[in-house]
Amino acid sequence: MEVELSKDEQIEKLLEDLRTSNIKKDDWEFHDADRSIYSTGIGLNRQVVEEISEIKKEPDWMRRFRLKALEIFLKKPVPTWGPDLSGIDWDNTHYYTRPDEIKARNWEDVPDDIKNTFQKLGVPEMEQKYLAGSVAQYDSEGVYHNLKKVWEDKGVVFMDLDSALKQHPDLVKNYFCKAVPATDNKFAALNAAVWSGGSFLYVPKGVQIDMPLQTYFRMNGEATGQFEHTIVVADEGSKVHYIEGCTAPRYNTDSLHSAIVEIYVQKNAQARYTSVQNWSKSVYNMPTKRAWVEENAQMEWVGGSLGSKVTMLYPSSYLRGPYASTHNLNISLAGPGTVKDTGAKAIHLAPHTSSRIVAKSISIEDGKAIYRGLLRMNKGAINSKSHVQCDALLINDESTSFTYPHDEIYEPTATFGHEATVGRIGTEELTYLRSRGLSEEEASSMIVLGFMDDVMKEIPMEFAVEMNRLVKLEMSKMGAVG
Amino acid sequence: MHRVVVSESMSELIIKDLRASVADKEILKGVNLTVKGGEIHALMGPNGAGKSTLGNVLMGHPNYTITGGSIKLDGKELTNRTPEERARAGLFLAFQNPVSVTGVKLSSFLRTAYKQLHPEEKVPLSEFQARIKDHLKKVGLDEEFLSRSVNDGFSGGERKRVEILQMVILKPKIVVLDEIDSGLDVDALKLVADEIRDYYSQEVGFLIITHYQRILKNIDPEFVHILMNGKITMNGEKSLALKIEDEGYDWIRSE
Repeated sequence: MEVELSKDEQIEKLLEDLRTSNIKKDDWEFHDADRSIYSTGIGLNRQVVEEISEIKKEPDWMRRFRLKALEIFLKKPVPTWGPDLSGIDWDNTHYYTRPDEIKARNWEDVPDDIKNTFQKLGVPEMEQKYLAGSVAQYDSEGVYHNLKKVWEDKGVVFMDLDSALKQHPDLVKNYFCKAVPATDNKFAALNAAVWSGGSFLYVPKGVQIDMPLQTYFRMNGEATGQFEHTIVVADEGSKVHYIEGCTAPRYNTDSLHSAIVEIYVQKNAQARYTSVQNWSKSVYNMPTKRAWVEENAQMEWVGGSLGSKVTMLYPSSYLRGPYASTHNLNISLAGPGTVKDTGAKAIHLAPHTSSRIVAKSISIEDGKAIYRGLLRMNKGAINSKSHVQCDALLINDESTSFTYPHDEIYEPTATFGHEATVGRIGTEELTYLRSRGLSEEEASSMIVLGFMDDVMKEIPMEFAVEMNRLVKLEMSKMGAVG
Repeated sequence: MHRVVVSESMSELIIKDLRASVADKEILKGVNLTVKGGEIHALMGPNGAGKSTLGNVLMGHPNYTITGGSIKLDGKELTNRTPEERARAGLFLAFQNPVSVTGVKLSSFLRTAYKQLHPEEKVPLSEFQARIKDHLKKVGLDEEFLSRSVNDGFSGGERKRVEILQMVILKPKIVVLDEIDSGLDVDALKLVADEIRDYYSQEVGFLIITHYQRILKNIDPEFVHILMNGKITMNGEKSLALKIEDEGYDWIRSE
């Protein structure tokens, strides 16, 4: 008997299928043979930047912009206020790696090995099933983009940023590095200097897209930097959900991922940005993500951050117009040897603005999860409110979690609250589940997945299943719990 | 009294000279008890006698240490086994104070548990859900409990009903009910007792741990045992429970 299943039931069913399919290894950690046909070589200097710009045949303003950003990058010191970044080997990183001269609009036209990679990751199926459009990036370049015709006809633009710079130069120039200037931090400056790929999404006034649009980033080369730059513009009264998935194989040499994501949510618009990242454990993940939220507009950040060696990620919302609001929901999994320094920033610049931040973290073995947040309420942000909730779950005795909230409140009528909880997987809960026949491992992964549940509910099903699978994988690798 | 003829294949829990301590304090001082399929036993005793300890020790709670004796189910040695191994052998404990497990949905929890307990059975998800819904109704709970976290935000009475629901769904062979009647009002108690009676069969044995004999008005035990100071000091029939209702435990102490 086939009955209509709820989303919960569907997830459960998919999980069941996954359990029986007996996944043992990190499927996403496979890597293809090096197929880069061109790289600027290791190290970074003026010539490398000139070369990237030359390859891309960019407008002159972009070339000059890159060179200026390079100077800023070279001047700024590596930040020392957070995790140890001394392992980043700046001189041995490839800053630009191009797979092939391809820009396909049809999966058939993508070279077989690259297509296989995305197929293994399930990207084409997802596009077919539930996306309004998708972009795929392999190392430094976008290799595929497609947007369903109905949205193209309404004036939606969705393609990799390089193509957008050629086809819609004025639109790109209007927004490029406005919310995140090159001067913001060393990694933003680096991105501005050597950026390649990323997505450009423009949703015209009043257009409400009911299906998500997705970009999948795949980092394949060893000791490679991936510096995609993504811009999402939700024009007045529009509505859009943009999703990013990122993976990279495991190598012995560390790789660097330093993206910029800029989101512009105009008056009365709604934007949601979801990202699910499973970096392998040789990646330094240092993106800068920021949204400008105008009058009565809503911004939602939903994130699941897994893997990597070090992650520093603080999606920020600048609430620039009255009644602008932001909601930030993030979950970080700090597995063995991983440092997750994640959090959020909410900057209240106008009256009646509101922010809600929910940050959850799970630390396994010696994994270290840090919440670092900034809440600023400027004078004049009258009657604005904010609520921050941080929940940490520690799996083993040596697991750690830290919370560093930072509040700057200059407006007396503003209200804000903080909540923080730290939990361990308790004997009573484990015993209860085990007394019904669950193994210790099963019981603890159920508790962990339960802890993540409110985030799971917010992310698309395929990603929720993937997150579940990865958490189970982490849990099963560690053996005994407690 | 009706003696049931028990065939060899039926469930049998044998507790022999069981000794157990918590935090180095000996609570059980040599408990002997046999529960067979088709039998209903009541274990009564004053506060602090070790009744709940017995339930927890039977289930293998890690806070309790077995210092002597043995627990066997159908000839299988369970004394030093993990809680999940005991559950898989067919043992079920309805906890006196079931803990809440935030985020773990009742339906997926039961589904996962069922697969562990009955790996040979392949019940389609929709049918399994339908079973749970049916029994939720029977214990007087709304369908929405299916997608709620296990015991999270449930009242004491709701937790007890859910314990019984779990029993029916998971189909154990030996059931230990620890103070199942506490926290239930008269109507709820009736529903719970009905479920227990429906589940009762010649294949299932019950050990009902209770302080008062309230539940025993709804369910007839064949055997009544009195636990005092960590030992079973008296065995009898239902009349023993009735006598305790009238006279308390003092007369046993003085005997």
